[in-house]
Amino acid sequence: MARTLRSRRRQFTNIAALGASTLATVFGLFWLVWILLTTVINGYQALNLKLITQMTPPPGSDGGLLNAIAGSGIMIAVAVLLGAPIGIMAGTHLAEFGKKNALAELIRFVNDILLSAPSIVIGLFVYELVVRQSGHFSGWAGAVSLGFILLPVVVRTTDETMRLVPTQLREAALALGAPKWKMTLSVLYPAARTGILTGLLLGVARISGETAPLLFTALNNQYWSADLAEPMANIPVVIFQFALAPYDAWHALAWAGALLMTMFVLIVSVGARFLLRERNG
Amino acid sequence: MPGPPARLPPDHLPPDHPADLTRKAVRAMSPPATATAMTAPTAQPARRARGAAGDALFRAAALFAALFVLISLSAAALSMLYGGLPALMKFGLGFLYHVAWNPVRQDFGAAVPIYGTLLSSALAMLIAVPVSFGIAIFLTEVSPRRLRGPIAAAIELLAGIPSIIYGMWGLFVFVPYMSDHIEPWLTDHLGDLPLLGALFQGPPLGIGMLTAGIILGVMIIPFISSVMRDVFALVPPSLREAAFALGATRWEVVSGVVLPYTRTAVVGGIFLGLGRALGETMAVTFVLGNAHELSASLLMPGNSIAAAIANEFTEADSDIYLSSLIALGFLLFVVTFIVLAAAKIMLLRLARNEGN
Repeated sequence: MARTLRSRRRQFTNIAALGASTLATVFGLFWLVWILLTTVINGYQALNLKLITQMTPPPGSDGGLLNAIAGSGIMIAVAVLLGAPIGIMAGTHLAEFGKKNALAELIRFVNDILLSAPSIVIGLFVYELVVRQSGHFSGWAGAVSLGFILLPVVVRTTDETMRLVPTQLREAALALGAPKWKMTLSVLYPAARTGILTGLLLGVARISGETAPLLFTALNNQYWSADLAEPMANIPVVIFQFALAPYDAWHALAWAGALLMTMFVLIVSVGARFLLRERNG
Repeated sequence: MPGPPARLPPDHLPPDHPADLTRKAVRAMSPPATATAMTAPTAQPARRARGAAGDALFRAAALFAALFVLISLSAAALSMLYGGLPALMKFGLGFLYHVAWNPVRQDFGAAVPIYGTLLSSALAMLIAVPVSFGIAIFLTEVSPRRLRGPIAAAIELLAGIPSIIYGMWGLFVFVPYMSDHIEPWLTDHLGDLPLLGALFQGPPLGIGMLTAGIILGVMIIPFISSVMRDVFALVPPSLREAAFALGATRWEVVSGVVLPYTRTAVVGGIFLGLGRALGETMAVTFVLGNAHELSASLLMPGNSIAAAIANEFTEADSDIYLSSLIALGFLLFVVTFIVLAAAKIMLLRLARNEGN
């Protein structure tokens, strides 16, 4: 009798715990759906052709996001050009030359911390590094801070995918007399291509939505500017300023920008994961 | 075989190595190396010298890039220390617990932002830890195998949504909902409790600590749950199966086998989430209210380190104001560094045990 009671209590605890875990999952998905639906509905209502033909408007009036879209695009591209080569080379060092030595382990450790470090701190760093030295806010400063956020993503994925390349490929290239740099360029990089590309895409997805590091590096610009030496308009900071302003026209533009940005980020990051899954079979 | 044997350590090519297969693969990938080497043997020494120089150059460039990662973290810390030094010198240790934040009198203390950062992160952890644990259990124990991938991917989408979207959604959708429904209810039902009641008193503004804590909690769920799910998967099947064979229920396997086995790494995952919550900026900037006041109530506006920097940096009109904000950034950097390093060490410990 006591035994069945105990068994029943155990069954009950089991069902309650597993039920609670199911509820927790529903809870998580609920917020995802709520946030995405709000963004899509509000953003869709604000979509029109003016978004890509007109500049950001002065307070209270109508306009588009052309300068902000261009500014974001330019700064992301420059960030990739700055961050990707350094990241790929650093990843190459970790995977090929450092392997398991103390320095390489330290760099992996530091890189993982950079990966999760608050992005606003990177903004402050680049403010001290670029803005204070040059005396003014600029697109360069924005691109550099985005580059610093992209860097650890690229380092980590490059390191991980290059270590997956079979040792036999390296040995075969070396046995044929190829110097190590040539072996890396023409055997390892092609073999690790998909993984490195995935890392780049994940990095681009990450920096496309970053706002905090741009607030006091690129600042913002109400007008068209493709000059990296000037303050540069960009989608995240425009959303920040317009959403907090008291004008309905600006709120609509902020939602449109939010939808464009979210879709871009999600498509790029889902695409990157898809690429990774293809490679892994 | 082109290339002198001296360049190959003996352990690189064991005698039973399937060299034929790999040689074909390499020839397909880099024809010049093999073709020219075979047709022009007289050019060998020059080529070899060039190869060695190229190797040294390449190795140096890779090392420099790797050191760059190391340098950038130290440079970030040093540059913020340098920028914050005037404020730290002027206010001394008192900067940490001084409550005032007065740009007009140029009197700055970090107590309010520090309190806000700690309180909003604590609220976020209260929500995110149990929910993430539940999600990890659901994904490893409950969910049908076919649904695991899609549900895990959907939860990870939460991490993909840019933080400013959380902030904007919070301001326009969640804040009105909180002030219309949740907060009046909390004040009515919990506001009269002894002691705890003070947490839930005040006007239902919508913006404030509680709202920020909830949004932060939702944001860090995917980070914690994906670590938990990954480490749960590392538990050796033989341990789980042994427990099942003894008649344990699924919950008993989780609480009695899986959790004890992965405890350190689970705490590491929680610290990783905490590191994210402490430094999160845009989501809380929208909903905290930027008020430099200490308040016992969770419903009152407040401030956090990151939100103060984001809101006030471009408006800082004096050197000491700017320096105080940078000093705040330095504090945030130091605290998140410690939390993230602790997380990493705890996660590494499980990985190392796995390796043995």
